[in-house]
Amino acid sequence: MNRFLPRALMAPAVAALFLWMIVPLAMTIYFSLIRFNLMQPEVRGFAGLGNFEYFVTDPSFMTAVVNTVVLLASVIAITVAGGIAVALLVDAPFPGRSLVRLLLIAPFFVMPTVNALLWKHMMMNPIYGVLAQVWQFFGLQRVDWLTDLPLFSIILMVAWQWLPFATLIFITSLQSMNREQLEAATMDGANYLQKLRFMVIPHLGRSIAVVIMIEMIFLMSVFAEIFTTTGGGPGDASTNVAFLIFKQALLNFDAGVASAGALFAVLLANVAAVFLIRMIGKNLD
Amino acid sequence: MNEPVPLHLDEAPLALPVARKRAALPWTIRYNLALAVRTAAAWLVTLLLFFPLGWMALTAFKTELQAIQVPPLFFFRPTLENFVEVQQRSDYLLYAKNSVITSVCSTLIGLAIAAPAAYSMAFFRTKKTRDILMWMLSTKMMPAVGALVPIYVLAQSANLLDTRTGLIVVFTLSNLPIMVWMLYSHFKDIPAEILEAARMDGATLWQEARMVLLPLAMGGFASTGLLCLVLAWNEAFWALNLSSAKSGTLATLIASYSSPEGLFWAKLSAASLMAIAPIVVFGWLTQKQLVQGLTFGAVK
Repeated sequence: MNRFLPRALMAPAVAALFLWMIVPLAMTIYFSLIRFNLMQPEVRGFAGLGNFEYFVTDPSFMTAVVNTVVLLASVIAITVAGGIAVALLVDAPFPGRSLVRLLLIAPFFVMPTVNALLWKHMMMNPIYGVLAQVWQFFGLQRVDWLTDLPLFSIILMVAWQWLPFATLIFITSLQSMNREQLEAATMDGANYLQKLRFMVIPHLGRSIAVVIMIEMIFLMSVFAEIFTTTGGGPGDASTNVAFLIFKQALLNFDAGVASAGALFAVLLANVAAVFLIRMIGKNLD
Repeated sequence: MNEPVPLHLDEAPLALPVARKRAALPWTIRYNLALAVRTAAAWLVTLLLFFPLGWMALTAFKTELQAIQVPPLFFFRPTLENFVEVQQRSDYLLYAKNSVITSVCSTLIGLAIAAPAAYSMAFFRTKKTRDILMWMLSTKMMPAVGALVPIYVLAQSANLLDTRTGLIVVFTLSNLPIMVWMLYSHFKDIPAEILEAARMDGATLWQEARMVLLPLAMGGFASTGLLCLVLAWNEAFWALNLSSAKSGTLATLIASYSSPEGLFWAKLSAASLMAIAPIVVFGWLTQKQLVQGLTFGAVK
């Protein structure tokens, strides 16, 4: 086989992705340097770094960055810890285990818009919502989730969706554990926590890395849940970077500022990518 | 210099009492008790986590009045009127058709582009292979919203706004990195010697791919395709921003219920149920392959 063929086979994918990356990037850089309002296409002109300044000094900006990080970190923490716990719970056989597994993974297949509306209307509605009923049953003050705890509500929805993903992967990984080793440890007098700490968790290391990597890729740009529930509000309480850019582009029609924000998102993604490759990339080769 | 480690024989008995204090109950009873506790705990957690979906499914068969009844209603006479009304009001079938066409087409096109690339990277590794793979993944990490304005402008000038073609192109490109990665990790598990042997026997590249690689990597193709089908079906961001009445997918149909009109819970539930049922059932049927796919085959 000559040297040409492997490259030719790779070409379509590399070319397609290169265009998919470079064309929007080039246009974004261009837009970010001009005044460009979608509602007034005739008003154009060089803006220098004005758009960047506007975006970065926007009071919403820091909030959005913090929210993005908080959302990412909390959902990953909840799903990894919760996923391991649930996986351990359903690892050993018990009546109805296969049905349990089907029910457990179902939320992962639910599309984000359905997830969001399901929680917004049926679970978190302060008057009729199921959570309100439960709170009242226990004699607690009802919570207006999306108004009082907007970011937490979003975290809850997203974590609910991704917990099954983590669980599913941990279940699969647990099945490949060496049972004889575990039994030997029991014989030697190791208690449950010791076995968990020194045998189970290390065995799950690789799958934890996979879960963190995939979730980071998808959670950086959580959008639909915010779009369909809080609309980023109240104020900026549940706005992440992705939603802030969207707000500038399609609600304020300011493509210039939105593009400056997009370049910031690219930067953020690359920082995350470097971090990811360092921490996890080696684990996956 | 290797001195034998002295055995502390006097320490050994200390480990024994562990076995003694547990012997109070016969092991059969202890076992059954543990099983009962574990079963109850597992079912409790499962039902809690599944509850929102189950509740939505129940609500879909209620009347609007029953849907918002306080305290919530668990037993009632089910009705199908919501499903009929969703179809009549918003043409569910058109959105469903758009969802099926866009997700299936983007998956097939994606596989056709990703497979040769993954083959080349897995069997003709160079120093750059790893960098290329990482670069591909990094394109997936950029929030889609970053590319929204340019893609919107391009789609507009190419007359692809609100067309299925436009969505197919975008879905394919946004899933492509994942597809290359998944196929690559599946191909890597295939011993290169098998392919070489076929080549020695005079097989052309096409024959080699069709008669040796394809049968061996069938599982990989299946799991990659399945996952991308799920991702494309559930894709909301591009669908919301690039399509509306003509080419909208089920994700956009549901988003249209977020307005105050959406307070018709029973109808919202019926529409949601119809939007997720196909892909959930599909996911259940293929969960084994999906795990392989989701983890790039890294978790066995």
